[in-house]
Amino acid sequence: MTPKPLKNTSDTLDFAWYLDKAVEKLVFLGGISGIIFIVGIFIFVFKEGLGFIIANMDIAEFFGNPAWRPTSDEPTYGALALIAGTASVTGLAVLTAVPFSIGSAIYISEFSTGRTQEFLKILIELLAAIPSVVWGFIGLSIMNPLIIDLFNVPIGLNVLNAGVILGLMAAPIMTTIAEDALKAVPDQYREAAEALGATKWQVTFNVVLPAAKKGLMSAVLLGVGRGFGETMAVLMASGHSIHLPTSPFDSVRALTATIAAELGETAIGSEHYRALFTLGILLFIVTFFINLTADIIVRGKGDR
Amino acid sequence: MFEATEINIRNKRIGKGIKFSFLLMTVLLATPVLIILAVLIQKGGPMISWDFLFSDPTNGMTAGGIFPALIGTISLVIVALIASVPVGVAAAIYLSEYAKDNWLTRIINLAIINLAGVPSIVHALFGVGAFVLFFKFGTSILAASFTLAVMTLPVVIVATRESLQAVPYAFREACWNMGATRWQTIYKVVLPNAISGILTGVILEVSRTAGETAPIMFTGAAFFLPFLPQSVFDQSMALSLHLFVVSTQVPNVPEELPYGVALVLIGIVLLMNSISIAFRFYLRGKKKW
Repeated sequence: MTPKPLKNTSDTLDFAWYLDKAVEKLVFLGGISGIIFIVGIFIFVFKEGLGFIIANMDIAEFFGNPAWRPTSDEPTYGALALIAGTASVTGLAVLTAVPFSIGSAIYISEFSTGRTQEFLKILIELLAAIPSVVWGFIGLSIMNPLIIDLFNVPIGLNVLNAGVILGLMAAPIMTTIAEDALKAVPDQYREAAEALGATKWQVTFNVVLPAAKKGLMSAVLLGVGRGFGETMAVLMASGHSIHLPTSPFDSVRALTATIAAELGETAIGSEHYRALFTLGILLFIVTFFINLTADIIVRGKGDR
Repeated sequence: MFEATEINIRNKRIGKGIKFSFLLMTVLLATPVLIILAVLIQKGGPMISWDFLFSDPTNGMTAGGIFPALIGTISLVIVALIASVPVGVAAAIYLSEYAKDNWLTRIINLAIINLAGVPSIVHALFGVGAFVLFFKFGTSILAASFTLAVMTLPVVIVATRESLQAVPYAFREACWNMGATRWQTIYKVVLPNAISGILTGVILEVSRTAGETAPIMFTGAAFFLPFLPQSVFDQSMALSLHLFVVSTQVPNVPEELPYGVALVLIGIVLLMNSISIAFRFYLRGKKKW
């Protein structure tokens, strides 16, 4: 009688080995969860919006008509005023936030040291944490009367208010990313320039800033993305009136705010409901490209 | 001997001017926010009392406290954490310990960046389409928490990945050389050394989750619900939405009430962030390698 061959001759095929393989699969699932969710968002938002795009949407009207009247007898779905609202508020926010963000990033990274630097970084981090609904409330209750008093205008909920609020919101994020970009410039660059007799500010302007150019650009872009997608603050501070703004004191309605204001009142599956998802598609696509561009700028096209 | 020439003196003066102007920018960036915080504390501070925190809103939300909203926010955060932390930690373990430097990893990273960058209202649309309607959770704590979980997933992933990568590679090599499998190494060596960093990220996620409003507006948070949720399939109030409601939707609210709500919300958020920051400093001081 020949002895039966041992089942597990290889010492790798024990419990620990199987567990290891199982965990590897499980962890891989977690790893691709990010992709699953982003594709899920894409599918669920497009599923509702696509029906509207195919059945009801007139591209020329959507992008060319400022009349967003989904509840009138003959509804028109022109998003131009909403796009203009988003653009004006985001534009003003970027204009206010960029100089201060880049300036403080330079100060924190190049001119401050030790405890001051640590303190400023913590301060910026805490500022970035303030929830958007609180910002909206600040726009409503503090900025609104302030603007009415300062500029003698009838209403303080307008492009200026929302733009400044959004700028204050985006600034800490831009500062953090810009500071990371400056920190990523190797110290040898600074030392080499200083060894040649350059002063601190000459080093900063002629060596550090050019070297960190890409990172700074992506910081600005991500700030734009943040302002573009912000919902609650814009909803509360921009004044809610659908028309093309002609001055910073005009009230506007942003794309995000429109969805937030109207989704609750629409019947699921109705034309209006699906039109709001179409606005969601627009938001999704634009932020996707902003993030993609920022990523490409930082990492380069194919190489890493 | 070196003597300051005119150029040196001029450069020094310019240098000082430039340094000062950058400092001014930093100060200008921080001042409005500090003023705002001061106003919030000054106007909202007197509202905060035991009664305000632990009683129900009354008179159509123009009086009374915020207890249901407080409990609602806590339940939303807890369910969201239960959903997102395991997935996020698994994702971070994959990215830090298993992923090769290839196209798939790059796409995963891009997906995570985008998940963090997609507007919160689009997350809300996703929550309505996926959790409320498709998975038939209805407008409930579950649907709202899952929406929040998807939205804040990048926070956990990024924080965990960073703390895993901070564990020196030699630790892993030493463990492999003892014949341990990859998972044994991660479980016994890498995770214990990274756990506090992961916790910092989780605390940060609590702060993010508690403050979000748009994603829960249509997925599970109720405008007014003067009783506490009994299960995850109930709706509930939430602090962030409550602030929106009392400051925009309800007429005749006394002026201080929304300030009080805002102060509680911002207090929770900043407290969580401060704990996270303090924790990070403590860890940095303790680090032995």
